[in-house]
Amino acid sequence: MTRVNVQYFAILREQRGLTSETLETNAPTVSGLYEELRARHGFTLPGNRVRAAVNDAFVPQSHVLREGDRVVFIPPVAGG
Amino acid sequence: MKSFAISVEPIDVAACARRLADDRAGALVTFEGWVRNHNDGQQVGSLEYEAYAPLAESEGERILAEARVRFALGGAVAVHRTGHLKIGELAVWVGVTAEHRAAAFDACRYIIDEAKARLPIWKKEHYASGATAWINCATRGEHAGGSAT
Repeated sequence: MTRVNVQYFAILREQRGLTSETLETNAPTVSGLYEELRARHGFTLPGNRVRAAVNDAFVPQSHVLREGDRVVFIPPVAGG
Repeated sequence: MKSFAISVEPIDVAACARRLADDRAGALVTFEGWVRNHNDGQQVGSLEYEAYAPLAESEGERILAEARVRFALGGAVAVHRTGHLKIGELAVWVGVTAEHRAAAFDACRYIIDEAKARLPIWKKEHYASGATAWINCATRGEHAGGSAT
């Protein structure tokens, strides 16, 4: 099990009902973790519409999770 | 002071422009993004902006650095608001200086286009009807305006 902190923003924050949580996961990658959380919490965005960041930097979906990582899933952006 | 900032406070345009003062510059081009009262056929009452600030600021700095290299700029400064904004409020400000106007116009356009596409910032529209929607986040069966970009 890997212990990670997940921060939620925008639609994911509302659907999770939390801004962040620390959890343990068996998912090896960020995409695996998203699918796990999506199944658990009913996130409406499919994994291919969400980007990921670890420790405040963008990472690919194949990024391997490490103990203590801070993970953010990024819904489609809409600044400006 | 950082060149790109996320701000929870109203943007101080005069202060931003002062930071670009440069005797070598012959052109200053600025862009202001305002909160508009309609979108996609619906009346909008207000807009709520949320940012993943550490990554938005580092990615914003990256965009400004790219623009400085591509367009031979003097300076480049940008600020993006977060929070619940009313119609007509300033949501984003971009300012660039260059020796000549062409580079300044092109760079300003580049920065706002890249910022909209890349920064981890989200907006939620509050409609006159009382309904709300996160822009670009709709999935099949929801509000039709939110296709992926």
